[in-house]
Amino acid sequence: MAFAHPQGLLRTDKGSELVAQFIDRRPNGKNKSAVNRHKFIRRYKNQIKKAVSDAIAERSITDLDRGEKVNIPAKDISEPYLHHGSGGTKETSHPGNTDFVTGDRVPRPLGGSGGKGGSDASNSGEGLDDFVFQISREEFLNLFFEDLELPDLIKTQLTKMMLEKSVRAGYTTSGVPTNINVVRSLKGALSRRIALRSPYQSQLREAEEELESLLLLHDDNNPVIVALKKRIEHLKAKIKAVPFIDTFDLRYNNRIKQPYPSSQAVMFCLMDVSGSMDQAKKDIAKRFFTLLYFFLTGTYDNIELVFIRHHTVAKEVDEQEFFYSRETGGTVVSSALKLMEEIITDRYPTSEWNIYAAQASDGDNWSDDSPLCKDILINSIMPKVQYYAYIEITEDTPRGLWREFMNVKKACQNFAMQRIEKAGDIFPVFQKLFKKKAA
Amino acid sequence: MTSGTLPYTSEWTFDLLRRYDEEIAKVAAEYGLDTYPNQIEVISAEQMMDAYSSVGMPVGYHHWSFGKQFLSVEQRYKRGHMGLAYEIVINSNPCIAYLMEENSMTMQALVIAHAGYGHNSFFKGNYLFKTWTNPDSIIDYLVFAKKYVMDCERRHGEEEVELILDSCHALMNYGVDRYKRPPRLSLQKERLRQKDREEYLQSQVNDLWRTIPRADAAGDAAKELLFPREPQENILYFIEKNAPLLEPWQRELVRIVRKIAQYFYPQRQTQVMNEGWATFWHYTILNTLYDKGLVNDGFMIDFLKTHTNVVYQPTYNSPYYSGINPYALGFAMMSDIRRICENPTEEDKHWFPEFAGSDWLKALDFAMKNFKDESFVAQYLSPKLIRDFRLFSVLDDESDNYLEVSAIHDDAGYRHVRRVLANQYNLSVREPNIQVYNVNLRGDRSLTLRHIQHNRQPLAEDTDEIMKHLVRLWGFTVRLETVLEDGKVELCCEAKKEDD
Repeated sequence: MAFAHPQGLLRTDKGSELVAQFIDRRPNGKNKSAVNRHKFIRRYKNQIKKAVSDAIAERSITDLDRGEKVNIPAKDISEPYLHHGSGGTKETSHPGNTDFVTGDRVPRPLGGSGGKGGSDASNSGEGLDDFVFQISREEFLNLFFEDLELPDLIKTQLTKMMLEKSVRAGYTTSGVPTNINVVRSLKGALSRRIALRSPYQSQLREAEEELESLLLLHDDNNPVIVALKKRIEHLKAKIKAVPFIDTFDLRYNNRIKQPYPSSQAVMFCLMDVSGSMDQAKKDIAKRFFTLLYFFLTGTYDNIELVFIRHHTVAKEVDEQEFFYSRETGGTVVSSALKLMEEIITDRYPTSEWNIYAAQASDGDNWSDDSPLCKDILINSIMPKVQYYAYIEITEDTPRGLWREFMNVKKACQNFAMQRIEKAGDIFPVFQKLFKKKAA
Repeated sequence: MTSGTLPYTSEWTFDLLRRYDEEIAKVAAEYGLDTYPNQIEVISAEQMMDAYSSVGMPVGYHHWSFGKQFLSVEQRYKRGHMGLAYEIVINSNPCIAYLMEENSMTMQALVIAHAGYGHNSFFKGNYLFKTWTNPDSIIDYLVFAKKYVMDCERRHGEEEVELILDSCHALMNYGVDRYKRPPRLSLQKERLRQKDREEYLQSQVNDLWRTIPRADAAGDAAKELLFPREPQENILYFIEKNAPLLEPWQRELVRIVRKIAQYFYPQRQTQVMNEGWATFWHYTILNTLYDKGLVNDGFMIDFLKTHTNVVYQPTYNSPYYSGINPYALGFAMMSDIRRICENPTEEDKHWFPEFAGSDWLKALDFAMKNFKDESFVAQYLSPKLIRDFRLFSVLDDESDNYLEVSAIHDDAGYRHVRRVLANQYNLSVREPNIQVYNVNLRGDRSLTLRHIQHNRQPLAEDTDEIMKHLVRLWGFTVRLETVLEDGKVELCCEAKKEDD
């Protein structure tokens, strides 16, 4: 409607019809296409979602937090219109003839159409390239989390571990010699000296003035003068007696401890890579790990990831190997827990690090090992971690490991577990994490 | 240099824009250009992308395809694959031209001359625009359309509206009247009429199906009258008026798409002329400013650099070749008409006896007013230009593995090359000739279209997609028959309603 009532007219010259009107439309705002853009994304949601899940597979967990280039096959979004196909007889004119003469015959260029040799250039053929465009970080994340069925408000504060740091807090009158603040102490001494000396100073000045005036009238031996001189001596001694520095002047730098939340966290990803974990299950696991990672990024500046995979033995690996290398063999879950505990002790002292752990498994474990897992968790790991989330990606009935972990859950507030079959089941695992009030 | 020299700087200001415009307007008036008043709007690059993706309409209804357009423009622009057009101009009264804020002062002057006086006078003078478009009411109509589409989305759901619009867009090129002149409308009248039309039309459509002739004894099925009596080329119009199952609001949507197609119809037929005319005038006007000493050498070098890029024509074997550049051909032809008037050669006198040596302003004005691309090329492309462009024609017959060079720029070939080139601009050759042929009134209500084949050219493979859209609009089976060159009719494709 802006056109019906143009605003910001810079000049309207009513006198002559032909003078142009200049209008500055720049302040009118852009994003006129936002609605259309939105409609487009809604319409091609499936294709875009596919691009997003492809991107997830390619990207590292820490790298998901940005926009994405989306490729959609051009034929999927082409708008059909009635037109001629190739074939039949066509005659066209083209510029730039150099050596053809009438009647020349040239082989049809491959592909039948296109510029060279000029068979069909005027019917500007549709490019068959993919339609490529960029979606924003928000759009990407929305699509990524969509089937996770996140509740709307996930911005709950995570509780953070508190660290202490010592900060300056003024000065004190007592302390150790190394903390003496020289400037401050001398300043104190100076003012003390001035304060203590000033009464004597003024008396001295008066006495000296009196002496001078008396000396004009009398000689040195006059008893008044002698007394006065004595008094002056006395006053000078008094002034001298004020000490240059006193213990009373000393000031010490004061430091106090202030608590602050630790801004670093380490996240342990534990995954069973025995033969029964196929790529689909690993993909679900990857989303699970990513989700935890995202929540942590909101809270911590510095997050380290530790990937531990295990079958019968556990091994610390990089992300690529974690998700994409295949292993076979039995399963001993405790091996991973032991390794995690070792890594915590070696590298991540609980006084400095917030520790989170996420474990994915298909529930298989060597049966004698499950009680051991429970013990390790309850006794060594749970006291050290902020939160431990376990998912079992399976459709089978729960087995030993699940039952033992139920006991852990009973014993520990910060332990969460969930059996899941599809991505939508992931979120409930974290629900408790976000119900937790900020400490 | 006179005291009135215009300052040469790269930074424009509104004050400078006005001063340049005043001088340009004076020159344009001296040459007798008749224009609508100009409304020149300065916009940012982002707004230019918005304008781009709504095919230059200042107000457009919402549809995903415009979003797609926007995304692709944005992507290519951000990656530097393409520069944005320097201007967009809208055929309205007053004539709205957009200037991009990034342009230098020289570019702004070029654009003002090009759009504000070139395109503008073309819109006002050319017979196709006079006949088919209503520059006074187009903005109002677009506002009405946008609001109507939004209302429909609210009342009937976005999806429903989108389905209809998708189908209409697929048939957009078949939503124009080629012969019948549309009446002038304003926003007010359109609103009033729209309600009446809804009620009236619906009753009419129903009527059509109610008056089924009593089935006489079998036998005269063959003699059955066709409906429509004569084939109709405006498929969307036929659907709007006759599709049995469309709701009134759906008919109105069909109508909106049809109206907008009609509005753009002249532009599709006058690309070479329109751009040629505008380019010729920005070139002539700015050169006149230079001759008058109003602009300096630096300005001209700046301007000529851009101008040369605009009229660059790659040759057929260049990797940049993508057909004939309408700016290049149009500018060359307009300039050539002036040359023929001012310095005719013997050849020109032989080829163009009616205007060689006459007043060039009159000759150009006549050409601008009374032709479209096809007839303009057929009438005015001179042998000299054919030689300059080194034009040649190629015959591509599917049944032959070789392409044949049918004519080149020699005495024997001039006319042939020119005819072939003119035909390339003929919409009725470029687009398949498809018409509404018949509706089966007595039986299954199926709609039959006929494609009259030309030069044995088949329809594209994705015609099936179009058929689905037709079925959506028509509501019953749609058939497309092809009439071969020898008069035989064969079924090309048939689409049935899916839930039948």
